[in-house]
Amino acid sequence: MISALSAPFRWLLDRLALVGYGTRFFLRLCGLGIAAFRRPRLVIDQIHFVGNYSLSIILVSGLLIGFVLGLQGYYTLRRYGSEEALGLLVTLSLVRELGPVVTALLFAGRAGTSLTAEVGLMKAGEQIDAMEMMAVDPVARVLAPRFMAALICMPLLAGLFSAMGVLGGYIVGVEMIGVDAGAFWSQMQGGVDWIEDVGNGVVKSIVFGFTVAFVALFVGYEAQPTPEGVAHATTTTVVVASLAVLGLDFILTALMFSST
Amino acid sequence: MNRKLVDLLVGLFVVLGFAALVFLAVRAGNMSGSLALSDTYEARARFDNIGGLKPRAAVRSAGVVVGRVTGIRFDDQTYQAEVMLALDRRYQFPKDSSAQILTSGLLGEQYIGLTPGGDSQMLAAGDRITMTQSAVVLENLIGQFLYGKAAEGGAK
Repeated sequence: MISALSAPFRWLLDRLALVGYGTRFFLRLCGLGIAAFRRPRLVIDQIHFVGNYSLSIILVSGLLIGFVLGLQGYYTLRRYGSEEALGLLVTLSLVRELGPVVTALLFAGRAGTSLTAEVGLMKAGEQIDAMEMMAVDPVARVLAPRFMAALICMPLLAGLFSAMGVLGGYIVGVEMIGVDAGAFWSQMQGGVDWIEDVGNGVVKSIVFGFTVAFVALFVGYEAQPTPEGVAHATTTTVVVASLAVLGLDFILTALMFSST
Repeated sequence: MNRKLVDLLVGLFVVLGFAALVFLAVRAGNMSGSLALSDTYEARARFDNIGGLKPRAAVRSAGVVVGRVTGIRFDDQTYQAEVMLALDRRYQFPKDSSAQILTSGLLGEQYIGLTPGGDSQMLAAGDRITMTQSAVVLENLIGQFLYGKAAEGGAK
């Protein structure tokens, strides 16, 4: 009966099965991720691998984005004579959008690819099969600690990114252009709500952490165990994770900020 | 790499990350402000028109922030807006103080200005501020101006 089905229909069924398998894999990762804390050493090692090594790129790009926001914001705000709102503009755009989103994109590029490549190569080198032979669950031993580490790192990295961006905006706006420092901070504090804006930004970054970590590990685990397969999987991780982050960001923004 | 160094670097990363989040909440956000105003008492005021006043707007007296707007609702008995104010417990105001809705700058945020009266009794929790002045609505202002001009033209 199946063989009689037309090609596009079979393709659709395959996709659906993949979605189902992905969901099952995701739930399994979440469950085993909590269990992974019984061996915190593994998680800490992965935080070092995923978080500390991403630190330099996150801090530098946060600072540069802050610089650019400061300059561009100033040029536009000056037309309306409200340069004092520069701090508000820089901080709101960072904590609401740019912080979580750009961090997630960079995180997918920096940490996601290395997770995919690592897991893919473990599979190509038959390490995963060897673990299964020894009755060690590779999902619990290899994937779950990496998943948890990425989840922990994402909000912290996004916070660091936003904080560096605010500093960058301060350096350009106040130190270089000469916006009044008092107005810069007071407008910012007047307009940025720590639950509505900062809290929602953190929620966003946690959701993106789930997305990027899951995509990277799933794609790596399902990679063809060949050099080309691993290369293909790494590319897929960046494309799928970036698109998923941007799509989710639209949905989350619509949910969080539509009422205000 | 040895164990100790990894632990140290991870610890540093986690502490830095949390420090950044606290910085955003306290220095860039208004966490310090909203926590400082935890000890408050509530007063109410009715306005004919609140203009663009929003919850969490500031209540100022002599330009100093003395409280926040905690809620706004429409009263369908009097057809007026009822505004709930949380005032800092450190500051007491006479019972006959008046509240007006003002705008900071030409197009800035709207806030409530409290002008103290001369009563010897002070506002208690749950009291109503009776003397209120509505927000200035730009359209009404322009309308009045045009009427005035037209009347002037007709008199000539």
